[in-house]
Amino acid sequence: MGDSSDEEYLGADWLPYSERPEWKDVEPLAQDDGDHPVVSIAYSQKFREVFDYMRAIIARGEKSQRALDLTTDALRLNPANYTVWQYRRDVLRELKADLNDELEYLSEVIGQNSKNYQVWHHRRVIVEMLNDPSNELELTENALVNDGDAKNYHAWQHRQWAIRSFNLYDDELTFVDRLICEDQRNNSAWNQRFFVIKHLGFTPEVIRRELDYTMNRIRIIKNNESAWNYLVGVMRQGDSGSANLNSYPEVVAVVEELYQAGNRSPYLVAFLIDVYQEQALHLKASPDDQLARKVYGLCEDMAGKHDVIRRKYWQYVATHLKNQLSKATGGEQ
Amino acid sequence: MDFTTFVKPTNGGGDAEASNKSLQFWKHVEYIENHGKQEDDYEYCMTEFLRMSGIYWGTTALDIMGQLDRLERKFIIDFVKRCQCPTTGGFAPCEGHDPHLLYTLSAVQILCTYDALDEIDCEAVVRFVVGLQQPDGSFFGDKWGEVDTRFSFCAVATLTLLQRLEQSIDVEKAVKFVLSCCNQTDGGFGSKPGAESHAGLIYCCVGFFSLTNRLHLVDVDKLGWWLCERQLPSGGLNGRPEKLPDVCYSWWVLASLTIMGRLHWISSEKLQQFILSCQDLETGGFSDRTGNMPDIFHTLFGIGGLSLLGHSGLKPINPTLCMPQYIIDRLDIKPQILARS
Repeated sequence: MGDSSDEEYLGADWLPYSERPEWKDVEPLAQDDGDHPVVSIAYSQKFREVFDYMRAIIARGEKSQRALDLTTDALRLNPANYTVWQYRRDVLRELKADLNDELEYLSEVIGQNSKNYQVWHHRRVIVEMLNDPSNELELTENALVNDGDAKNYHAWQHRQWAIRSFNLYDDELTFVDRLICEDQRNNSAWNQRFFVIKHLGFTPEVIRRELDYTMNRIRIIKNNESAWNYLVGVMRQGDSGSANLNSYPEVVAVVEELYQAGNRSPYLVAFLIDVYQEQALHLKASPDDQLARKVYGLCEDMAGKHDVIRRKYWQYVATHLKNQLSKATGGEQ
Repeated sequence: MDFTTFVKPTNGGGDAEASNKSLQFWKHVEYIENHGKQEDDYEYCMTEFLRMSGIYWGTTALDIMGQLDRLERKFIIDFVKRCQCPTTGGFAPCEGHDPHLLYTLSAVQILCTYDALDEIDCEAVVRFVVGLQQPDGSFFGDKWGEVDTRFSFCAVATLTLLQRLEQSIDVEKAVKFVLSCCNQTDGGFGSKPGAESHAGLIYCCVGFFSLTNRLHLVDVDKLGWWLCERQLPSGGLNGRPEKLPDVCYSWWVLASLTIMGRLHWISSEKLQQFILSCQDLETGGFSDRTGNMPDIFHTLFGIGGLSLLGHSGLKPINPTLCMPQYIIDRLDIKPQILARS
């Protein structure tokens, strides 16, 4: 590694700072690692020089155009250095620099470092300073779609921040639907869907529409953890958050149909286990009631066949229900 | 996830094959001991901004292996002391950098390991942490204003280790903020309200509730199931649905399940196999996935995961604070852990 990694960023026509006339008034400030470092340090020359000058500039608090250019070089070498990013912001403020140029620069940097906390934080601060979010949806769309990582956590965080802060909800469901169509198992997209719908409000109509939407997706791919979690999450929002799964018998009926047709996706079976548990508890059924036995049977199928790796969890679910029902019916007698 | 923006280069190759079934104890000791001593200057420069955490990962892993005396105590403590910011009281990852909550926790953890808290100004650390709490109960990571549930964890963990939790911050508000990051779809937690559930952040939030003695606020059966779902046929655990398994996520999921008394819900044998398959037989150290390059971060979480699974030859680790249990006992700290269910 070593120097070759720098070469990718700073080309062969690189002129060391020590040879640049406009920098001759600055005494570079070396890193003091004590006289007995844990590690022997052999900085690459270019890296060391840039950061020695960076330290010198920070120490004297110089906020100038050349200081800004120096941060650009330093951040190209190490975009994770949050102290340099902070200094860059101070310089930008001091110079009253055109922040639109900074946004453009950042779009490029984010394109190359889309999983770096610091670049996204810097972006957010600049957008706040400009009070102009007009490029943020496109920027995050590029990070999520065009560059190929539709689950980039940083990009989704930034997108949610921009949407929430500047009320950009209008077209978000269209975007989310596009991502879900491209990859129905994209949990980030389902999460974003919940984020938008929650903002719009879980009215009975919205809940119906979302349940239809989700069941249509589940019909295409049954074994999709994200869709099932979304389904249950939406069902629970009814009656101002107090609804249970059995409040939507039409959804339960469709799932039972899929089960009858032979589907044994662990998520589908887990959903039915929740449904029958809820019924048994609601009816205060006895622990050996037919409904309860249905739950035990399904748990046994999961533990033995469909989800063996998590068999202890399914054994727990069955035992837990039995205990709860014993307590409930015992308490009544 | 990479909590630190520390992305190691990976090279699909490697030699992790059938022989990778037992713990290469001494190889790992050597790997950690030599970490950073190699002339790998590029990496050393690139990781300067997280050096404090690097030292925490190394010392903790060595201590779990009973080999802490291989590092020089005095040198490390001097380094830590030099990184405390005289103005704010917080710790920088390395001299010349700004103080941050992430490295403040690492510094305090290192000092606890060496029983050396009296070497620093603890009240200044408390002031630093307290000053980062926001009106909604959340925490900034530093004075520049990024909010994240990681920082809620770092704040309460630091204050707990300094025995100042109850007297310092508004715990109720802190709890309220972390709860607002719970997702109604899967019972998990993200970095901020509305953000996707993510195993690393779930660890921070579950750890936060463990330290604030509020685990009753977590729907442990629902979240426990989602966490179990993270186990893949390889035995490894991923951090979100449809992502690849990773040794560090294995730690975060495993620690969360342990705190919630649900460790036995996943297959320990298969997880152990996966973690062992991520050892580098040649150099020592653990990588994120089988066959990739090892790094110090995944080495701690590999060793820590094996300790939680009860691997012989390793000291018990505390799941909430990711430190040897004997140190937590010495400090007389008792993070809440639910009984097995």
